[in-house]
Amino acid sequence: MRIAALVLTLVLGLGVAGCGDGGGGGGAAPAGSTPAVGGPVTVFAAASLTESFTRIGKDFEAAHPGTTVTFSFAGSSALATQINQGAPADVFASAAPANMATVTEAGNAGGAPRVFARNQLVIAVPKGNPAHVTTLAGLAAPGVKVALCAPQVPCGAAARKAFDAAGVTVTPVTQEQDVKAALSKVTLGEVDAALVYRTDARAASADVDAVEFPESAGAINDYPIVVLKDAPNRTAAEAFVAYVLSEPARRVLTEAGFQAP
Amino acid sequence: MRPASSRRAPLALLAPAAVGLVFLVLPLVGLLYRTPWTTLPARLTEPGILTALRLSLVTATIATGICLVLGVPLAWLLARVEFRGRRLVRALVTVPLVLPPVVGGVALLLVFGRRGLIGGWLDTTFGVTLPFTTAGVVVAEAFVAMPFLVIAVEGALRGADARYEEAAATLGAGRWTTFTHVTLPLVAPGVAAGAVLCWARALGEFGATITFAGNFPGRTQTMPLAVYLALETDLEAAIVLSLILLTVSVVILASLRDRWVSA
Repeated sequence: MRIAALVLTLVLGLGVAGCGDGGGGGGAAPAGSTPAVGGPVTVFAAASLTESFTRIGKDFEAAHPGTTVTFSFAGSSALATQINQGAPADVFASAAPANMATVTEAGNAGGAPRVFARNQLVIAVPKGNPAHVTTLAGLAAPGVKVALCAPQVPCGAAARKAFDAAGVTVTPVTQEQDVKAALSKVTLGEVDAALVYRTDARAASADVDAVEFPESAGAINDYPIVVLKDAPNRTAAEAFVAYVLSEPARRVLTEAGFQAP
Repeated sequence: MRPASSRRAPLALLAPAAVGLVFLVLPLVGLLYRTPWTTLPARLTEPGILTALRLSLVTATIATGICLVLGVPLAWLLARVEFRGRRLVRALVTVPLVLPPVVGGVALLLVFGRRGLIGGWLDTTFGVTLPFTTAGVVVAEAFVAMPFLVIAVEGALRGADARYEEAAATLGAGRWTTFTHVTLPLVAPGVAAGAVLCWARALGEFGATITFAGNFPGRTQTMPLAVYLALETDLEAAIVLSLILLTVSVVILASLRDRWVSA
């Protein structure tokens, strides 16, 4: 397994390094004492960051000509596993501290993670709310089909916390592998409701309505970000993390429905 | 003239064949290498594992049954009946082979889902919904696996000597009698091989299942889904699950094969 990871890292690392030479070497760095930021940055980010990070990535590329940001969006737990198996990523942005801890405890973080945003759950329902779900307890009503995230994914863990706080027992029809998969079941009208982040419901507002519920205040997710220890492009990775923590990025995140940490 | 088998195989074929074999077997070695043998007995008795395994075996077998009932006649039609658009139909049959299974799952939702073309009618008329049910798992598996059966059986039919069927027809047998008494016994090994491929594909089905049938332990969480979710938190559990799936399928396939070969 270790050999396989090594081979994978070598193969991918060579590819990335090759690109880096072409991209970074070509752009003349502006005069200054800091090392030039350039080349490709690979960011592993939670699925709920898809819209906002895609925009932040474009802004970052514009602010640092010569850089290209590549994202891999998936459930935070899947990303953490991939990183611990030697995936050649530069930055990891998780939707929950627990999945970040998986990476830091394995010794794969290149520093202390920093929280850059917070997110809250809402009930996403198909347009017009056909099953008339208005409260968290309404999800337990018979005949209401509910999609949740699997308990190992941050949104699933947060949902469980909210149900515990409300004293409600909900049996979902499906436990999805990430928040976007749960949302898509609402978009398709296959379920009457799903617990997703406010940001996801907002991004899909053309197809779904969001029902806020008070218990979500007890299950707020912190989003930590970190530069990885084996980052192939450390300079650019640090610049990207600094950018995510900066004011322009925060505005994008707030607009998407995230709360400031 | 010496039979071809006694001649020495040329190196130009042997070398790539060996590399191909190693390429296919090496990942399996990787799994075995990382298997946590010491904790294996404890993990095997975890309750969720047997549930997922039973669900996988049951759904894959039912899906194969459905594929046999629908797929063998379809293969016969493609192999034996001349009709306009036959090439198009043959191409359409292979669509699930090239379609990414996740897309197949979404396509199934668009047809059999609550708001789907047929699913909406099923729901309002009979109160039947397929997504998120075990029946939905069977539908997803049958959709993805049926082309394997159709292609194998059609190939067998084309290879079979049509003169036997013509002889049966000359002796007064109808097309149905010819099919059941002459054609089917003639291509039985092809049907068996197709069914095995179909079953194996259904057993390993992941993308269409998780998209169309969702993931719920005991109802729609088959072994591949359990492996995928275990992978996110517990690599060792995922390896153990994969190993169980592999062992069970290899044992079943090997025992079936022996029976057919000796028969």
